[in-house]
Amino acid sequence: MSTGSFKPKNGALRWFDDRLPILSLVHGSLGAGYPAPRNLNYFWNFGSLAGLCLVIQIATGIVLAMHYTPTVAGAFNSVEHIMRDVNYGWLLRYIHANGASMFFIVVFIHIFRGLYYGSYKAPREVLWMLGVVILLLMMATAFMGYVLPWGQMSFWGATVITNLFSAIPLVGDQIVTFLWGGFSVDEPTLQRFFSLHYLLPFVIVGVVILHIWALHLPGSNNPLGIDVKGPQDQVPFHPYYTAKDALGVGVFLIFFGLFVFYMPNSLGHPDNYIPADPMVTPAHIVPEWYFLPFYAILRAVPDKLGGVLLMFAAVGLLFFLPWLDTSKIRSAIFRPAYKMFFWLLVVDCVVLGVVGAYPPEGAWILIGQLATAYYFAHFLLILPILGKVEKTKPLPQSIAQAVLGDKAGAKPAAQPAE
Amino acid sequence: MRIKKTFILGLVASLGFANLGLAPSALAAGEAVKLKDIEFSFEGPFGTFDRAAAQRGFQVYREICSSCHSAQYFAFRNLEGIGYSEEMAKAIAAEYQITDGPDDFGDMFERPGKLSDRMPAPFPNQNAARAANGGAYPPDLSVIVKARPGGADYLYSLLTGYEEPPADIELAPGQYYNAYMAGHKIAMPQPLYDDMVGYADGTEATVEQMAKDVTVFLAWLAEPSMEQRKSIGFSFMIFMSIFVVLLYLTNRRIWRPIKKGAMPWVGKDEKA
Repeated sequence: MSTGSFKPKNGALRWFDDRLPILSLVHGSLGAGYPAPRNLNYFWNFGSLAGLCLVIQIATGIVLAMHYTPTVAGAFNSVEHIMRDVNYGWLLRYIHANGASMFFIVVFIHIFRGLYYGSYKAPREVLWMLGVVILLLMMATAFMGYVLPWGQMSFWGATVITNLFSAIPLVGDQIVTFLWGGFSVDEPTLQRFFSLHYLLPFVIVGVVILHIWALHLPGSNNPLGIDVKGPQDQVPFHPYYTAKDALGVGVFLIFFGLFVFYMPNSLGHPDNYIPADPMVTPAHIVPEWYFLPFYAILRAVPDKLGGVLLMFAAVGLLFFLPWLDTSKIRSAIFRPAYKMFFWLLVVDCVVLGVVGAYPPEGAWILIGQLATAYYFAHFLLILPILGKVEKTKPLPQSIAQAVLGDKAGAKPAAQPAE
Repeated sequence: MRIKKTFILGLVASLGFANLGLAPSALAAGEAVKLKDIEFSFEGPFGTFDRAAAQRGFQVYREICSSCHSAQYFAFRNLEGIGYSEEMAKAIAAEYQITDGPDDFGDMFERPGKLSDRMPAPFPNQNAARAANGGAYPPDLSVIVKARPGGADYLYSLLTGYEEPPADIELAPGQYYNAYMAGHKIAMPQPLYDDMVGYADGTEATVEQMAKDVTVFLAWLAEPSMEQRKSIGFSFMIFMSIFVVLLYLTNRRIWRPIKKGAMPWVGKDEKA
């Protein structure tokens, strides 16, 4: 496959590409010039889907911002104005609000795919860490976006989450006042959240570019987790994975559409259709569903500072995953014990999510604490030890051999030397 | 492909659990009272608002609810959405007096309502509303159906849920017993009694009938674009289903030789 020798056929384009090789760049990163392993399964669709989600959120968000008013008096009204008076405003808002959930669904699957197939291991550590940075930025962006409609959950969610910073010793209260721009969640808070909610997606775009850059040096991991040995293990990204990604996009949009058109409020909380009222606290303040596991970890510790540290550690831990997992084998396919622990982790995260949705009473407290302990044990105890003691299955010689069997190397003469 | 299967099963299970996880948070405010399950015409993927019921509901809203509750996002022009003609909507608007101004002399003045006006609120501000209602604020009804867990069923249950309080419940003055209110104590006295309104279409105005009608009206008011949403959704789904089949066939065709081990791209660059 020739990445360097791309020449547009059209003369004018060739002239342009010689002066600014942007077409060569696209050819080499998303086109026929980017070789990808031939055995990627449908879980590899979620990277491009995440990119699509980001584009949808930015496109709808920019239009929504044209009609939205970031003031205490005007925010809720302007959202209803969008829903009622702006042409297709309801559609834009439902796409944007549900799009946040879709983005997290896609990214969670993308992350768990990485965990299952060991995509975070050498030489892809930096690629993985950039992904964790994107997750953190997404969480900040989604949190601030949820505040903007200025409903009851917006206001009280913002109050609870910003108050977490008061747990920091000595300077905690000053930091909270600084975040609020005052002495409670109020107009300055709303306005800065709006400004940052508009800014951060573009920061995410920047990190996504780095993420893709870091991906393209070693190339994609694959379900077997073994390195590409030669051109017989690969196919050009275009048309093979552009076609496959397009199919993924189609199926994803149907799933997305089910929420937008038929249950647009099912992922939200009814309380957020009540205008924010600083004098009335909702019976139970719950975050959006994608934060529930983290919320459960936060509340697993009776101590406020401890809970906050643990919650941030739950994400921060992921930065060290490439070194915590001591196994040299990437894919869970060849790690039977790891495969079992992987699924336990999935179940554990779901349990944490359920715990996060309930008020911390009775058995939920204990379940939340056990699930939190297991989450950390998975990364800090199980992974380091497992890599040393696990009996793994033999790896296939090459991707082509594993995928094609006897057909591999049937036409060795057709392959030029690397 | 067992891995794929387990992965997908796991995913489905996770989503199912996530839904379970959402249910309690949505119900949290109102304990585990089972709501009356009314069949509304606007339910389901093809549901539309029953225009006649919505118009009767509007009558209930005007004659009963609106004496205490505002609906600040409700403009008279919206009435065309529940089947009134423009002339009828204009006539209804003109029955209201709207404060406008200031005029050229700086004075406010009253004039009959126009289509672009919003329904006037019964009280000038929240404090006045509280003062007139024993300290309780009658919430704005514009999005009330979306703002309560259970939505339309909850509203109907609440309106028909006034009962004699059980012996162990003590009600303070200005409190009433309602089986569906969180904590069962509500500051709104029973609003509906049989034959409180005279329906023009001859429908008998029972409490249940009025409660159902006004619920239809408020469900529409909470989301006037619902019918458009569902109809666009239907077109979208038809289009996407066909499109996905084509994408599937395209993808399969592109990959077929590759699955057999062919490498059609090799040597292509050299030829060109």
